[in-house]
Amino acid sequence: MGNGYVVPAIVAVTLVTVGIGFYGLRLARTTSDFLVASRAISPTWNAAAIGGEYLSAASFLGVAGLILKYGVDVLWYPVGFAAGYLALLLFVAAPLRRSGAFTLPDFCEVRLGSRRLRKLATVFVIFIGWLYLVPQLQGAGLTLATVAGSPYPVGALLVAVVVTANVALGGMRAITFVQAFQYWLKLTALAVPAIFLALQWQADARPAVTPPDGPAFRAATTVVVEHRATLTFPDGDVREVRPGDRLDFAAGDPVPEVSGTATDAADWLLPDTAGDDDRGLFGTYSLILATFLGTMGLPHVLVRFYTNPDGAAARRTTLVVLALVGVFYLLPTIYGVLGRIYTPQLLVTGQTDAVVVLLPGAALGDGTAGQLLAALVAAGAFAAFLSTSSGLLTSVAGVISTDVLGRGSVRGFRLATVLAGGVPAVLALNLSGLDVSQVVGLAFAVAASSFCPLLVLGIWWRGLTDLGAAAGVLVGGGAAMGAVLLTVLGPPLTGWPATLTTQPAAWTVPLAFTVMVAVSVATRRRLPPDVGTTMLRLHAPEALRL
Amino acid sequence: MTGADERGAPGRPAAAPVPSPRAAEPSPRTRIVLAEVSRSASRADRTRSELTQQTRVGEALVRGLVRAQLALALRLSLLVLIGLGGLPWLFAIAPSVGRVSVLGVNLPWLLLGVAAFPFLIAVGWAYVRLAERNEQDFTDLVQRPER
Repeated sequence: MGNGYVVPAIVAVTLVTVGIGFYGLRLARTTSDFLVASRAISPTWNAAAIGGEYLSAASFLGVAGLILKYGVDVLWYPVGFAAGYLALLLFVAAPLRRSGAFTLPDFCEVRLGSRRLRKLATVFVIFIGWLYLVPQLQGAGLTLATVAGSPYPVGALLVAVVVTANVALGGMRAITFVQAFQYWLKLTALAVPAIFLALQWQADARPAVTPPDGPAFRAATTVVVEHRATLTFPDGDVREVRPGDRLDFAAGDPVPEVSGTATDAADWLLPDTAGDDDRGLFGTYSLILATFLGTMGLPHVLVRFYTNPDGAAARRTTLVVLALVGVFYLLPTIYGVLGRIYTPQLLVTGQTDAVVVLLPGAALGDGTAGQLLAALVAAGAFAAFLSTSSGLLTSVAGVISTDVLGRGSVRGFRLATVLAGGVPAVLALNLSGLDVSQVVGLAFAVAASSFCPLLVLGIWWRGLTDLGAAAGVLVGGGAAMGAVLLTVLGPPLTGWPATLTTQPAAWTVPLAFTVMVAVSVATRRRLPPDVGTTMLRLHAPEALRL
Repeated sequence: MTGADERGAPGRPAAAPVPSPRAAEPSPRTRIVLAEVSRSASRADRTRSELTQQTRVGEALVRGLVRAQLALALRLSLLVLIGLGGLPWLFAIAPSVGRVSVLGVNLPWLLLGVAAFPFLIAVGWAYVRLAERNEQDFTDLVQRPER
């Protein structure tokens, strides 16, 4: 890769992020300073900050990669990632702000007054946080490997170390300005190259996205295989390839069909149909449930709601987040679609997550414009890794230091940060084969099966008891956790068992709700005595000044 | 990571002081006497104390508010459930819908890649408006109970 702009761009983003973090820290030294300062800012700024923290490697790289590989059926990922904020707005935003809870474990204690439930919630916050951190580091490893040619572990470890050190030393502590800046940087980094890509596509006389003969290489390409796969060539030749194999294609050669991807034009272009196989439909609905309901259970998202002055502002902030995130998600689709034309080799290597980073160079050539845009995209990708992992790490480390280590000191927090950053770094090194967005999808499934029922029932149903909540979280969330562990660590499965474990939400979410309601009804005597007061606090408008 | 430090922070609106989750005991509710004395001040006060002291009337009022807000949220989620959630099913049972092409783009791509987002934002906007109206109704009810 002869692009001399990429590494400086990445370094600049990192330095600016760390720099603003420390500068901001000098201005706002205490938690209270920070919170009061954030109260003075408008919902728009707050919303940009939430969006900046939320748009992760999965959104920036993963969605486009999945679209390149699987086509229209995975458009549910961006739709779901945005719709999660609608569910959050409808059921959680204002009451959660009024509850005064800062984290999910806090909410358990405010609503149900149970220390044990608090501990259980802590376990899930840590698990979800780690599961969500892994793909961020994966994305970093992949991006650096793609643009700078470094080995995969280098990028993953680099981001892990930078973020851990930064959070441990106190920089980037959820400072609204940094996160808001990250949102606009990410949006620009995808939007500007997308305009140039669309113009280039026009200039190339609009090559068909799904040509009748299947995708073809536009230029002579040498492909180095990264994952074991079975390739079917157009002449009927079937070939097993192993990592490290080199394949040469001339310009105009058709792209071989790769097992497990939708190389077939119709498969890619058209949604799943009913009939011989309903697993696709089940998977789609599972994904919809997980992403729609999972967002409200993500630890780094909820923390930010506390910075709203009141419930009504929390609602307005969520609406703006929904709009900002919705605008952003228009873009990855463009990359995924144009990737079919300009970077079909990714279908063969299996590194489809790299499409966003490679596409500007592949489509616009090695001129200065192409190189600058490639550098911009790489910088945006790094902004995504840095901001999301910092937010997640801060949340997870905060929970570990207060609820596991049991001390609120700065030293305790630093220790917790190292702990919280180390585990996902180790995991990321061992999980390079999974799609970034799929791992994130699993984190959403666990959140949707544990915290979504807890929040929704806790906010809207007086009958929830501590035992019911604990049972629902344990059974539903536990089942989702088991499915995740089986997917990530277990043997490869096929058929329905594979579908049920890779997309578990469609059965674990209803399970969690059912168990939670049933056990609560059975243990009615344990209803917290002050539930009426709590409900009043959660729902009464601030204008009443009770 | 504690919200406790910000209690009593200056500049907080004179809203209900939300007790910190970390507080060892639930802090006593403070009733702030409003500066503006309305015609029905005594009645409004009475309703307010019915709310805070959880009398039957107060509890019924809160239940009504919670029910109204929940009904609103459920109605709008039903809208999304049908509008978006129905799509995979529709594409599955009627594959011809997926082949319809608008401006050279297949309909599913347009619906999911573009139209879904303004739809979600519109539903969210409607919710914020209607939820605020529910709260306004509740506030009016409490402050002017004679109506």
